[in-house]
Amino acid sequence: MTTFTPTSSTEALSTVQWAAAEESPLETVGHGSKRGIGRPQQSEHMLDLSKLAGVTLYEPAELVLSAKAGTPLSEIERLLAHNGQQLAFEPMDYGPLLGGAPGKGTIGGVLAANLSGPRRLKAGAARDHILGINAVAGRGEAFKSGGRVVKNVTGYDLSKLMANSWGTLAVFTDVTFKVLPAAETEVTLAIRGLLDDAAVAAMALALGSSAEVSSAAHLPERIAARVAGGSLGADAATLLRVEGFGPSVAYRIEALKTLLKNAGPLQEIAGEASYAVWHDVRDCAPFADGTEKPVWRVSMAPSQAHQMVLTLRMQIGVSAFYDWQGGLVWLRMEEGDPEAGLLRGLIRKHGGGHATLVRAAPSHRAAVSVFEPQAPHLAALSARLKAEFDPKAILNPGRMA
Amino acid sequence: MSGLVMPKPDDATLRRRTEIVADMRIIVPGEGVVDATNEMRAFESDGLTAYRQLPLVVVLPETVAQVSRVLKYCNDRNIRVVPRGSGTSLSGGALPVEDAVLLVMSRFNRILAIDYPDRVVVAQPGVTNLGITTAVEQEGFYYAPDPSSQIACSIGGNVAENSGGVHCLKYGLTANNVLGIEMVLMNGEVVRLGGNHLDSEGYDLLGVMTGSEGLLGVVTEVTVRILKKPETARALLIGFPTSEQGGQCVADIIGAGIIPGGMEMMDRPAIHAAEDFVHAGYPLDVEALLIVELDGPGVEVDHLIGLVEAIAYKNGSTTCRISQSEQERLSFWAGRKAAFPAVGRISPDYYCMDGTIPRKELPRVLAGMRELSEKYGLGVANVFHAGDGNLHPLILYDANVPGELDKAESFGADILRLCVKVGGVLTGEHGVGVEKRDLMPEMFNQIDLDQQMRVKCAFDPNHLLNPGKVFPQLRRCAELGRMHVHRGQVAFQDIPRF
Repeated sequence: MTTFTPTSSTEALSTVQWAAAEESPLETVGHGSKRGIGRPQQSEHMLDLSKLAGVTLYEPAELVLSAKAGTPLSEIERLLAHNGQQLAFEPMDYGPLLGGAPGKGTIGGVLAANLSGPRRLKAGAARDHILGINAVAGRGEAFKSGGRVVKNVTGYDLSKLMANSWGTLAVFTDVTFKVLPAAETEVTLAIRGLLDDAAVAAMALALGSSAEVSSAAHLPERIAARVAGGSLGADAATLLRVEGFGPSVAYRIEALKTLLKNAGPLQEIAGEASYAVWHDVRDCAPFADGTEKPVWRVSMAPSQAHQMVLTLRMQIGVSAFYDWQGGLVWLRMEEGDPEAGLLRGLIRKHGGGHATLVRAAPSHRAAVSVFEPQAPHLAALSARLKAEFDPKAILNPGRMA
Repeated sequence: MSGLVMPKPDDATLRRRTEIVADMRIIVPGEGVVDATNEMRAFESDGLTAYRQLPLVVVLPETVAQVSRVLKYCNDRNIRVVPRGSGTSLSGGALPVEDAVLLVMSRFNRILAIDYPDRVVVAQPGVTNLGITTAVEQEGFYYAPDPSSQIACSIGGNVAENSGGVHCLKYGLTANNVLGIEMVLMNGEVVRLGGNHLDSEGYDLLGVMTGSEGLLGVVTEVTVRILKKPETARALLIGFPTSEQGGQCVADIIGAGIIPGGMEMMDRPAIHAAEDFVHAGYPLDVEALLIVELDGPGVEVDHLIGLVEAIAYKNGSTTCRISQSEQERLSFWAGRKAAFPAVGRISPDYYCMDGTIPRKELPRVLAGMRELSEKYGLGVANVFHAGDGNLHPLILYDANVPGELDKAESFGADILRLCVKVGGVLTGEHGVGVEKRDLMPEMFNQIDLDQQMRVKCAFDPNHLLNPGKVFPQLRRCAELGRMHVHRGQVAFQDIPRF
């Protein structure tokens, strides 16, 4: 096995051209923090993009940042924080869940995995903030798409197409993201002691108000104890995050308290304590247990997901908590089997959505479709796109199969 | 029509017109097929009225099955198809093609589901943008993207064009507010992308469909996110002696961490035209007029108005009015919203451009436009989505003066070249269509365009859907599919192991 470590986009291009000519598969990695996601790879060679690094443009007043694809996310987040800005989509860190170190991951990986966090509900995911890319298609051609401005409908949005492509269409060399001001103040209102169905009703009520709740998560009993160093205690916690300018946050928190006055005991969590809670919700800390017990990430309609989980619980042992108003379910399969067929069947019965097996032993990932299988016409369309960009199937072959 | 070259009509298709019309009547019975010339006139152009063309036949299907059968029929017989929503495109995206079926989606006009707990609306593509808001406003909700044509434009067309609007600075474009679509491919296959959940299980095809200008598939159902209406909205009307000061004020507002609901700028010619038309009370002694709208809870809006007022003063504003009532807020907007018709009053015709630039380049681009205006001998008025750098120069001309339309188009092309040169793009929200098609090489090289065309090949390998739009020249998919690397002939056989 050879590892190619390009230090320029030209070197990245010639590596891919060589691999295409040789029809020799490449596993593309940044820091490798998400290598454990997807069908295990058996590529002959590795393309390591971590030396293709550095912020190339940052103009805070223009709300734009460009970086080489291998730039550490942590470096970008530090730079933005220094200027009172952020990636508003709050990219999660898979490291701890997958048994790795926290704080790894590159900005290219953020796009390739379409990362987001609790603020996905209001602010979107990486796909909603990517403005432009430079990339090398699997056929060995360097191309660009998009630009550095937010309003842009010039040609197809290939940058979005690359979101959630897990390195199977093209190798990114440069990415440009929209950046936004970080909120001045953050306060979380917690409702304690709710069961899943009451929590989902409370979150829907809050999100249907004009309080501009930016994140809404529900940590059932005991799971609540596994975030923010146990500071929440073990009682179920339904969390509503409100962000913005101080006077506005105070007003909106009061409005929520009035709205939810009979929902259950209310608790305000401010500042660092609030950051710590959402950081751990974001990174799925309750299931970052150092094991390989299967963990699913399920996206469904917020009103349906907990009902699917209720039915699932009747059949097998699972732990679950919810983000995105209930629409994102993190599921740990306590009996050790991914139970993909059962889970996906129930998702279909409850209005549809998709489930990704984000953690599992390699044997399970080889045997189960890690990514939700698509309906036949859609699967065929996706396969045609893959063949257009990577006709020799050299980029992470089989990873999304 | 000026120098626009469309794909050569297929003689065989033109000869078979009678047979095709009869077959369409079988697929879409009733009054869904229009073939009389006088009746087809209503469809011969879209919002870009400089271009007109009668289609082969107009078909108005009512069901997804009909759409699928029409497309499969055409695909099997190599007949071109142009999809159309409400026909409000400003770039000729829905311009008919002589040998193409014009597939009009206006009969898909029903709201299918409203789900308040999940905050989604499922609509057929012919529902108007404003129709979605109307359907949910009694519960205090709305659909955020608000293109200026929202009273007429369809949600299916919004998906095709990735439409924006005044409020997209804070609330995002269509792409950020659509959760799912059902669409029919040119081969008749029906595909669902997304749904009432977030994100894609695989490649983000919804992302690439949004803004694909009707070249990849025909949308038959749209699921959008709705939002609760902000409690209040207030606006500031701020005048500056120079556009530089106005531009700096915009940068400073954003630099202070404020993302207004809307932030619009007008230059002197646009201010004067608007004031003459609607008497909004705009100051006439300023070079740049900024409207900043802040929305949210009253306490937040009041807080931010104080901050914005101070920033405006620091940047040398000569007037600054703050709306004290809903009526006054609307009066601030009245001039801006009437800017296009107002310009229509001072000039027989105008040509609306749509470039986006990095905001800081505004003074340079305005200066460049003044030079071009002198060079071409045509006036130009500017309205500007200042928050996101999207410029709408309105070029004033008279189509009855021989050569003036061509001159206006050349002027417009030069403006867009200038936008690209300073780091911007050809089109911010109106789309490429036919209008900017031949300017695409200003922004993309052939390899860039090839990748986009390969997406087209995956969806519509015979290039039958909305031909002549977006791409300056189409390359055959078989040719695009070839790999141009050959084992043993490449220069990098002995690749360095860097």
